[in-house]
Amino acid sequence: MTDTAIPIDRGDRPSTLRKIGEVVVSSPMVMLAAVLLAIIVLASIFAPWIVPHDPGRLSPSVRLRGPDSTFWIGTDAFGRDLFSRVVMGGQISLAVGVGAAIVSVAAGLALGLLAGYIRWLDAILMRFVDGLMAIPNILLAIAIVSLWGAGLWTVLIAITIPEIPRVVRLVRSVVLSAREEPYVEAAIAAGSSSWLIMRRHLLPNTVAPLIVQGTYICASAILVEAILSFLGAGINPETPSWGNIMAEGRLFFQINPGIILWPGLVVSVTILSINLLGDAVRDALDPRMAKRGIDR
Amino acid sequence: MFGYILQRIFAAIPVMGFVALIVFLLLRLTPGDPAAILAGDAATPAQIALIRTRLGLDDPLYVQFFSWIWGMLRGDFGVSLLSGTPVLQMIASRMEPTISLALTTITLSVLIAVPLGVIAAWKQGTLIDRFVMLLSVVGFSVPVFVIGYVMISFFAMELRWFPVQGFRSITDGLQPFLERITLPTLTLTLLYVALIARITRTSMLEILGEDYIRTAHAKGLSETRVLMRHALRNCSVPIITVIGIGFALIISGVVVTESVFNLPGLGRLTVDAVLARDYPVIQAVILLASLVYVVVNLLIDIAYVVLDPRIRYQ
Repeated sequence: MTDTAIPIDRGDRPSTLRKIGEVVVSSPMVMLAAVLLAIIVLASIFAPWIVPHDPGRLSPSVRLRGPDSTFWIGTDAFGRDLFSRVVMGGQISLAVGVGAAIVSVAAGLALGLLAGYIRWLDAILMRFVDGLMAIPNILLAIAIVSLWGAGLWTVLIAITIPEIPRVVRLVRSVVLSAREEPYVEAAIAAGSSSWLIMRRHLLPNTVAPLIVQGTYICASAILVEAILSFLGAGINPETPSWGNIMAEGRLFFQINPGIILWPGLVVSVTILSINLLGDAVRDALDPRMAKRGIDR
Repeated sequence: MFGYILQRIFAAIPVMGFVALIVFLLLRLTPGDPAAILAGDAATPAQIALIRTRLGLDDPLYVQFFSWIWGMLRGDFGVSLLSGTPVLQMIASRMEPTISLALTTITLSVLIAVPLGVIAAWKQGTLIDRFVMLLSVVGFSVPVFVIGYVMISFFAMELRWFPVQGFRSITDGLQPFLERITLPTLTLTLLYVALIARITRTSMLEILGEDYIRTAHAKGLSETRVLMRHALRNCSVPIITVIGIGFALIISGVVVTESVFNLPGLGRLTVDAVLARDYPVIQAVILLASLVYVVVNLLIDIAYVVLDPRIRYQ
């Protein structure tokens, strides 16, 4: 491909990462969120070396215990150590969150660029997106899981599909407004190929809003995974996730509320931290973004 | 104005068409034989064949789609694969708890959230504002069922103010109804307040920056008068919008809340149908929920025109 685009003067503006870093340091609340999230992520990555007990070992003699010195936050209905299960469960929950964010941003980006750039495709695609958005995401997700069976991959797909339309709309709106900019018109007039215009001129405009949207999707996906498991349409309980640990605690809530409340606390803190960081990143990258509808 | 309203109504029809298409394709795109999947692992060939004829799975796809749509337009949503009861009848019998919960939640949330959002915007940057904003992020971050179980453990198990679970119709008397609907309503309200307060604050901030607010201040109107007469009035459109957006949220929230508090509503019906793979019930509930969502948003579009003359005739 011949490179006919005019070189972009990037100047000496502060880098994206640096701007994000400055915002994180500036607010104690955001700082706390970053530290908590870092602890949770590291604990999940190194979970197999951290857990004090085997998260899968059944010990009926110690079932439904409260917190003590051996079992820090108690045990579940099968006598399994709750702390070890919650730490291990972070692996699945976080993987689902990050996975859903990456896949839906990638799919939404591709579809949004096409819809924003190719007029005839736009009409059909956006009607489909409107239809998809009219279906409540939990209902769509449980319908998918009920048909395709409950596994890690199905759950990931079921969580990702309802998130895609929002990304498509976002990318499309960015592309539509960027198309009107003189530098894009100039590129078209200069005879650049569509592919080059998309990659060189339209794509960079979507990066900042997509980073922000990605963090929100990650938070929302962790939440939906927990809800799906809780409703009985989630990942097989043999592999602990925050959602299915809580789901197993439902029947025994009145005996040991900790089975739901401890993982519930960890999920909430995780999602809260991601959301606070997302807000901070949004403010760092572009304060006007909140007004353009990039919000939860 | 009527032309505009008609145009909005016609725009809503294709959206519902695409919802139906998505729901339809979901089952047909499932890898393998849909009838065998729905029948379960222990099904006999005869049972699978029965499901196949009931859902018309042997016809060409477009025939299946249009005969399904045609049936629904005449009120035939199919029968449950499990009980053989018409799906519409099952849905009708489960409406009351869901509608009760949705109405109490929306009323309570608007009553709490709108003043909170207004105060936060008015006192922007103060402690009150930060508190409201933090509350709203928390509302977005804590799973509904965790809030529900915290409510149960505190108000029902510790203090014993309310029964743990269950539902009574309002026709059985106000007290038993309120006793059982209070905790689920509070649970869902926390989620909804987060959303409405946040958007009320944002739109209020935008309006407080307008020229006519400065004029109102300049001509010596009192602070409350500026806020009530000039600012809040212009806020009605964004607030109504957010109630519409929140409707999708509330539908999902209701499914979960009903499971926590054992309310025999549409949410429980859906979850039971999912666990039993009763697809006719699942697809009917999805279509119904989407229809409600589309109609609510349509009504909101119409409300815009009534409330804000600037939007008319676009």
